Amino acid sequence: MSPSYTFRHPLLVRRESASLTMKFLAPLIALGVAVLFNLALYVAIGRDPVAVFYALLIEPFLSWASFSEVLLKASPLMLIAQGLAIGFRAKVFNIGAEGQFILGAIFASAIPIWFPAATGQWIWPAMLVLGALGGACWASITAFWRVRFNANEILVSLMLSLVAMQVLNYLLVGPWKDPEGFNFPQSVMFQYDALVPTLIPGTRVNVSLLITLVLSLVAWLLMQRSFQGYKLQVGGLAPRAAGYAGFSESRAIWLALLIAGGAAGLAGAAEVAGPLGQLQRSISTGYGYAAIIVAYLGGLHPIGIIFSALLMAALYIGGDNAMVSAGLPIAAVRVFLGSVLLSYLISLAFVRYRLDWASR
Amino acid sequence: MSSPLLSLRGISKSYGQVHANQGIDLDVAPQSIHAILGENGAGKSTLMKLIYGVERPDAGDIMWQGQPVHLSSPAEARRQGIGMVFQHFSLFETLTVIENISLVVPGRKSELVDRMRLLGKDFGLEVDPFAHVHSLSVGERQRVEVIRCLMTNPKLLILDEPTSVLPPQSIENLFDTLRWLRDSGVSVLFISHKLEEIRSICDRATILRAGRVTGNAVPREHDAHDLARMMIGRDMPHTSPAVAMPTGEKRLQLMGLTWQPDDPFAMPLSNVNLTVRAGEIAGIAGISGNGQSELTTLISGETVLPASQAKQINMMGEVAGHLGAAERRRLGFAFVPEDRIGRGAVPEMSLTRNSMLTAHPLGLLRRCMVDMHAAEEFTARCIRTFDVRTSGPGSEAGSLSGGNLQKFIVGREIMLSPKLLLLAQPTWGVDVGAAAAIRQRLMALRNEGMAIIVISEEIEELFELADFIQVLRGGTLSEPLVTAGTRPEEIGRYMIGAEARPAGAVA
Repeated sequence: MSPSYTFRHPLLVRRESASLTMKFLAPLIALGVAVLFNLALYVAIGRDPVAVFYALLIEPFLSWASFSEVLLKASPLMLIAQGLAIGFRAKVFNIGAEGQFILGAIFASAIPIWFPAATGQWIWPAMLVLGALGGACWASITAFWRVRFNANEILVSLMLSLVAMQVLNYLLVGPWKDPEGFNFPQSVMFQYDALVPTLIPGTRVNVSLLITLVLSLVAWLLMQRSFQGYKLQVGGLAPRAAGYAGFSESRAIWLALLIAGGAAGLAGAAEVAGPLGQLQRSISTGYGYAAIIVAYLGGLHPIGIIFSALLMAALYIGGDNAMVSAGLPIAAVRVFLGSVLLSYLISLAFVRYRLDWASR
Repeated sequence: MSSPLLSLRGISKSYGQVHANQGIDLDVAPQSIHAILGENGAGKSTLMKLIYGVERPDAGDIMWQGQPVHLSSPAEARRQGIGMVFQHFSLFETLTVIENISLVVPGRKSELVDRMRLLGKDFGLEVDPFAHVHSLSVGERQRVEVIRCLMTNPKLLILDEPTSVLPPQSIENLFDTLRWLRDSGVSVLFISHKLEEIRSICDRATILRAGRVTGNAVPREHDAHDLARMMIGRDMPHTSPAVAMPTGEKRLQLMGLTWQPDDPFAMPLSNVNLTVRAGEIAGIAGISGNGQSELTTLISGETVLPASQAKQINMMGEVAGHLGAAERRRLGFAFVPEDRIGRGAVPEMSLTRNSMLTAHPLGLLRRCMVDMHAAEEFTARCIRTFDVRTSGPGSEAGSLSGGNLQKFIVGREIMLSPKLLLLAQPTWGVDVGAAAAIRQRLMALRNEGMAIIVISEEIEELFELADFIQVLRGGTLSEPLVTAGTRPEEIGRYMIGAEARPAGAVA
């Protein structure tokens, strides 16, 4: 009728089925868009964008020394994200991996702190197992309140992370403080057998990276091939269908939280038994929260998470580089991470939807 | 004939490989009630979406009151005077009824409430304006949709199977409304699978088959059998007659089932008694919202009774009230729920993965791992046996038309060879051909000794299938009425709670 209706404006139209191409392209497109956006930002704050880009994304991969540090950082991120992704796909939103990570570190540290003279190659594996147990125990508090009283797991798990931090503080200024540590809030240095063996000589990369990769494979089997993984996914996609089929919701919540807690706890144990060698206040630089981004960037898929963890770890290392060599403020790295996640979530919409430019 | 209100020329729409509409021509005259007839997947819903601006055609022209129009959105269609009541509802579940209405209809809320109550009274479409939509049954939601549409004063009203949730008495009322609307200048596009209805109310009919127009007819000049043949291109299957069965064992017994739900909007059940034996079909009649969904979840085990009440439900001879859904399925129970999407099937998953939802005990697992090969084989067999129109086991459940998804779910549950099968609204939104096939299947299974419960709002369906009918109203279940000795009108009176009054007093 009126001519204004001939104006062509695009519509978001639902696809018949999810686009596989877009599923693979979405993270790449997101990364590209975020890089461009941030380069513009660096220009705006008067930094040389090429130098920043080089320091941030290229340099971490250039030398074996810096790449091994990337691997070192990628391992805990990957492990935690694998656990979280299983829960996220079941719509169990465990935001408290940070706390589960800390409890894992505390549980693992108990052995070398209580038995500093013990020797034998059983010590570090026992520490890893104890760490996973510690993380799972901490997550089970959240699971219990959620199942018993329907308490929101996002809030409970998040707040428990703050509690975990205080438990760590108490131990480090109290019973577990190194008596010869000049009053620093840290434990004794662990004995040799309490350290995970190095994997690549000359670097700090240790056997826990292998464990992480094996567990990533297990996560893939669980989520893509097993019936239990299928049940978790049904619970996440269509809770009423899960109820209809008789898949227990409480069981799914317990399972999701125990797996995620166990993985985070294992990562925490591997940190104190790996590069750190002691329990200290700064055991986690926000791994538990960064892993949430890693999980989503990896499309909640075990294989995708391997790559997104490497990317995230590279950005950590590259961010440090860029701060030193290109004078980038520390906030710029966080802005970069934030914009990667945001553009990824936007491009995810195009997996199920497409733009329809009015055909006539 | 005067110039048409709406005319379509050469309308085509494809979704990937599927040609939903091909070269459709359609003229809707002013002041007419026009039927669109067709089987599942014939392209009726797609055509309506094109007219209502939900989708855009790939080719062809739409003329509205003699002018070409581009209907780019439902809001645009509504501005032009086109209103639609969907088969799958477009209501926000977290909002109240009146909030949903005020999203579409301008005006102050208090005025809207008054108008809504008035319309509801006139057309027998009463709904509490302040109830939250998520607490309403399927039937009540449709009532909200119809009212909301009428409140926008449309020139063309599209109704996608509007009568499937109404008792017979109210259908006549709705038809009176539609005739009155027509006489006051509104045209109606009417989609229904109930051929008798189309014959009684529609002035013209356009028949679709496989995305093409296969004919135009004046429905009054043909009998229902003719129309059905035009629609499905062959003769209708007949339901084989019930064979008199020796009294079988009791497969389900509800003994004084009483349930007080936590949800304040749900219907409490009081003292429900029901016995279903092997080789018997029990029909539960009644309008949705009278306790149907509560009774369904209590039988299926989606709602579990406290241990103290466990004895109120007995399944295959075992006390079952305290058992969960999975345990009841292990006793030999299977179930087709009234909502297909999100309950009977996961829309984002392929049909193969949807098979595993309930059919996993049929050898689809190997040591806790999914045997994709076996699952695909099962799915392909289900698609073949139950004539599910789809591109294959790999297609997403959400991409199937409502009726085809229903065929898949019914097929999956029947293939479990259950001892007790519960179906809620089994043919809701399913076309005559497929509905007849489903009924035929159920009758055959009954004759083989399965115990079947059908919960339905369609009285004709219950009369065709059930050995006895019990009416659920206000959370109580009537005594069983043996189908052979009962007339539909009597059931209808139970449904609206007028059984005590003389027949003439029913509004």
